[in-house]
Amino acid sequence: MSDSAWESLSNQFIGAAGIVYFLALIAHLVEWSALRKVPVTAVAKELVGSGAPTEPADVPAVDEATQSRIALFGRFGLILTGLAAALHLGALVGRGMAADPNRVPWGNMYEFTLSGTFVVAVVYLSLYKRYALSWLAPIVVGFNITVLMAAKIWLYDPVAPLTEALNSYWLIIHVVSAVIATGAFTVGGMLSVLFLLKERAPERTTGYLARVPATSTLDRISYRLHAFAFPVWTFAVLITGPIWAHQAWSSYWNWDPKEVWAFITWVIYAAYLHARATAGWKGRNAAYLALLGLATLWWSFIGINFFFGGGSQHSYAAPAAEIVVADRQ
Amino acid sequence: MAIDTEAPEAPERRPGELNLRELLRWSWRQLTSMRTALILLLLLALAAIPGSVIPQEGVDSLKASRWQDDHPKLTPIYERLGLFDVFDSVWFSAIYILLMVSLVGCILPRSLVYWRALRAAPPAAPRNLSRLPDHTTYTTEAPADEALAAVTAVLKQRRYRTLTGEDSVGAERGYLREAGNLLFHVSVLVVLVGFAIGSLFGYKGGVAIIEGGGFTNTLNQYDDFEPGSLFAADDMEPFSFKVEKFDAEWIKEGSSAGMARKFVADLSYREDPAAETDDYALKVNHPLTIGGTDVFLVGHGYAPVITVRDGNGEVAYSGPTIFLPEDQSFRSFGVIKAADAQPTPIGLEGWFYPTYAFTEETGPFSAFGDDLNPAISMLVYTGDLGMDDGDGQSVYELDKSKAELVKKPDGSMLRVDLAVGDTVELPNGAGTVSFDGYERWTKIQISRTPGKWVALAGVSLALLGLLGSLFIRPRRVWARVRREDGVDGGVTVVEVAGLDRSGGGDVAEELREIVAAASRKESP
Ligand code: HEM
Repeated sequence: MSDSAWESLSNQFIGAAGIVYFLALIAHLVEWSALRKVPVTAVAKELVGSGAPTEPADVPAVDEATQSRIALFGRFGLILTGLAAALHLGALVGRGMAADPNRVPWGNMYEFTLSGTFVVAVVYLSLYKRYALSWLAPIVVGFNITVLMAAKIWLYDPVAPLTEALNSYWLIIHVVSAVIATGAFTVGGMLSVLFLLKERAPERTTGYLARVPATSTLDRISYRLHAFAFPVWTFAVLITGPIWAHQAWSSYWNWDPKEVWAFITWVIYAAYLHARATAGWKGRNAAYLALLGLATLWWSFIGINFFFGGGSQHSYAAPAAEIVVADRQ
Repeated sequence: MAIDTEAPEAPERRPGELNLRELLRWSWRQLTSMRTALILLLLLALAAIPGSVIPQEGVDSLKASRWQDDHPKLTPIYERLGLFDVFDSVWFSAIYILLMVSLVGCILPRSLVYWRALRAAPPAAPRNLSRLPDHTTYTTEAPADEALAAVTAVLKQRRYRTLTGEDSVGAERGYLREAGNLLFHVSVLVVLVGFAIGSLFGYKGGVAIIEGGGFTNTLNQYDDFEPGSLFAADDMEPFSFKVEKFDAEWIKEGSSAGMARKFVADLSYREDPAAETDDYALKVNHPLTIGGTDVFLVGHGYAPVITVRDGNGEVAYSGPTIFLPEDQSFRSFGVIKAADAQPTPIGLEGWFYPTYAFTEETGPFSAFGDDLNPAISMLVYTGDLGMDDGDGQSVYELDKSKAELVKKPDGSMLRVDLAVGDTVELPNGAGTVSFDGYERWTKIQISRTPGKWVALAGVSLALLGLLGSLFIRPRRVWARVRREDGVDGGVTVVEVAGLDRSGGGDVAEELREIVAAASRKESP
């Protein structure tokens, strides 16, 4: 297959993944609209998604047809999300194959966004069973559709070979860890939002929030995700980043805007971990810190590239050598 | 802020001084509290922001000085606040120094507590296990001592440290979590030390070298040089090298046509004047390491070979001159100063185009970075070039304040547009300019960063500690057995309770597994 064939294949896959994510969203919306008629206790067990549907013992109000519709569409949504993630992966592979020489598909912002949303889907799918995440489905799927669309509209770049500075195996290690951490932090942030919403209305018995688990559970899952992402982010930003910067630009830490923001993000997440162990900061304030961390994380990815000028980002070259070697996403 | 704990001993103590000591002790406790650490961390994040918004002198001095020219009103204020040098400013340093002091004040007592905890036996079982939030009970036919032995064995198997009492057992595991946490926090200090060594004793400099040119590692050979504040010139390693050849591959097709890649500068180098000569192919991402110094390839460009003959026909200037690339197509700007030309000095200023092209709309431009159709286009000045003013002039700038732009005899613009091999005669018998050819130059960056391995070891240990701290789950489990008489001889009731000391652990699941394993042991 030619490079341009791979490139258009990748584009078609992303389009298809977007559509399937959308179908998954619709399936989940059907599931949730049916659920609105069901009092919370009746399906609470089933929502836990343990696989085996349990009898709703003492709640006669729910007829069997509704029950099975809920289960069916819930499962539909999950399967479609899995399918969409597979297409999503195909699009990433296509991007990598389209480049000459072939390379990892995270060489520019468009590709980074594609990879990051893929990680979000993978994190969700792989934790689905363990934490019974069915209630997270509409948020994850909706998020991925939105971000993929935005990436397609604003960030799309044709496949290009890597600039010389990017052409290093550190690219693979550094960026893949940054992408994984970003994806996990993002899912963690979704849980922190839910935590804050749930905290305001803990007694709800109908609607979406009623089916979201208790704040203590949300807090725990959110913490686990952050506890996973933080070391990965540390590895990306404070170990592989400096090693690579040293090889490419002779200085392992230079306080370039992107580095400054990666550092700020790291410090805020460290503060989040502290907050969880500090009286008066547990719970709500910790959740706010997690969201602040997420905001700085996205900002260091998008904001820096857009607002700090094309030339300056990650450009370490001295003015006398304002050359095309220094430009990483 | 009180950083000292030890107030100087007063000769005699009066109530007021006691209060001072108390105040100091109170301040110290505040400074080393978790809450303060948290707030200092947030302050550190906040304080770093201006460093990304305002151009920093240490990062991009050209951009910083341009910004300063554009904002004459703000500049003095910002300067006073250290906003052009945030990461060396007093207030930024104050925050991280406080944080480090707080960290030390936090680590020391915690290490002591940890040391004691390590050597202490696991805590004995509380009287009433059912008071703990996570507890469970099961019964067994086995006698009490056997039941207790079975639970103890299971706990040991699960790598708990146990302390058996008469009818109960206390168990604890996950001691390494706190060790990980301490390791992480100590490593933060190690990183800082490594970073400080690098910025105090290291240096960084750059030099542009034309193909065939050489370099010896001494101060006066650098074009730009940034030493650390404790740098000593004796630390410079006595190596030398020569750029034999430079190559780049140009992409001619596809979406990134015009981009260059695979830059290679072939070096021959010597570690010291007495050493043998070695070769190295210097590439981006592949620095040459000589002792503790690294040599990097960071850029490249063209150096047109231009000869200026003066009014008497004497060569007033000749040789390759470094022109600085201005865009991706390598349109490059440079100046030539033939200061000794007679009767009047001659200066040239203009561009080199590796692939010269021209349209009415755009004027001359370079269509490609590679040398497909090289040409120069320059303006000519005569008269005082300000070379004798004493203060050093940049070789990339022409002082035109006292010089005169040379025009054609009819008064129209004179541009010296030359292809390789061409020569042009200047009006009024001022002389001639020939474009003989061009060479390539490479920009080499040289840096010595002592302490970088300390910093790397620090972050690596920090990561290791972090993993321990985040994923080792410290737990305590207790079991208590009691005999209950029944109809057919009675049963043994075993109560098991657990406590997760890290928060966020799933103790109930752990208890279930322990109970399941213990019951299996008793009924083989
Ligand atoms: C340079 C500044 C600091 C950084 C980057 C930092 C970072 C961290 C991180 C990432 C954790 C999470 C690990 C875990 O949850 O076990 C943590 C935990 C902790 N930190 Fe720090 N820290 C800093 C300073 C301090 C200071 C000054 C103190 C003392 C007041 C402190 C006390 C603690 C304690 C007690 C924990 C354990 C919390 C727990 O049990 O969950 N840290 N720190």
